Amino acid sequence: MKVYIEKTGKTANAKAPSVAALLKKLNINPVTVLVVKNGALVTEDAKLAENDTVKILSVVSGG
Amino acid sequence: MPCKKCLKEPVFALISGEKLCRKCFNSYFERKIRKCIRQYGLIEKGDRIAVAISGGKDSSVLLSLLSGITRQMKNIEIFAILIDEGIRGYRPFTKKDAVNLCKKLGIKLYVYSFKKEFGMDLDRMVKKLKKGPCTICGIFRRYLLNKAARELRANKMAFGHNADDEAQSVVMNLFRSNNDAAARLGVVNGIKKDARFIPRIKPMYFMLEKEITAYAFINGISGKFVECPYAGSAYRGEIRNMLNDFELRHPGTKAGILSSFLETLPLLKENFMKEGGIGFCRKCGEPTSGEECMACRLLKELHS
Repeated sequence: MKVYIEKTGKTANAKAPSVAALLKKLNINPVTVLVVKNGALVTEDAKLAENDTVKILSVVSGG
Repeated sequence: MPCKKCLKEPVFALISGEKLCRKCFNSYFERKIRKCIRQYGLIEKGDRIAVAISGGKDSSVLLSLLSGITRQMKNIEIFAILIDEGIRGYRPFTKKDAVNLCKKLGIKLYVYSFKKEFGMDLDRMVKKLKKGPCTICGIFRRYLLNKAARELRANKMAFGHNADDEAQSVVMNLFRSNNDAAARLGVVNGIKKDARFIPRIKPMYFMLEKEITAYAFINGISGKFVECPYAGSAYRGEIRNMLNDFELRHPGTKAGILSSFLETLPLLKENFMKEGGIGFCRKCGEPTSGEECMACRLLKELHS
């Protein structure tokens, strides 16, 4: 699936069964991000499929 | 697992593990902020509140919420102040978001700039002074915000500071043994009875930045994420990463820091707030703990 990481502005290809597994794979601390699946905010236990579009939003203030 | 309250799809998991749908999350968030306002008496009849905004998610959420809350109250006025430090590649974007938000909410926005007030923008100051950019920015921002709020006849200033900001400040002051600075933290600070010093209120004191970002996303409040080019250089960043690692392993760490800090704050105030209240700069008349304020000292260095 395509994963867009807001903080770096980069898109990566990744495969993971759930949001928690995806963040672990990308070495991202879940405390610091929100995950949007196909346009909707989801929790860490949300399941992911190959054709999902995922956005990882940074919760850390920019200033 | 669905939302515990209404069995809909969850959008957010609280520290307790409880999962909430969009509607229940909004209700949890707004209720917690109203409770903070009520518990600490942050907003009272007759208040004229200056909301310090940057265009970022924290202050945008704060302004949106206060706009709704104060509309339901009698005799409360709010307006927004934005400080344009002059940071290329950052401030112009967030300023645009702030202007759009104020227009949408029908709130008057006043913009004050470093360039106009101090004759130089932050990007130039950073090149001239041998101090960290966040230190320089902090000193001039505090100075200008207080001055602007006073000129605009506000009796309080509201900030979008959140639980993460405050937990970081508490730990930073602890690590640096800076008890004077710690004594000035809290939900309401600077509550000295002097017309020249505008008290600061923090209605989002107990909200985590993750909760604020979720609220902003769900309600379409903030714009695109833009990072300040100077953000990475701050000592605060190291503390932030450390606390986030701790929060992951031990959920509730940040709330624990705040709860313990608030219990000791009265003692800190008693022992470390200067006797006889705040002093005022002999040069510009702004509040300071010394004879001359930091802003005047830095300005002397800048123009020497």
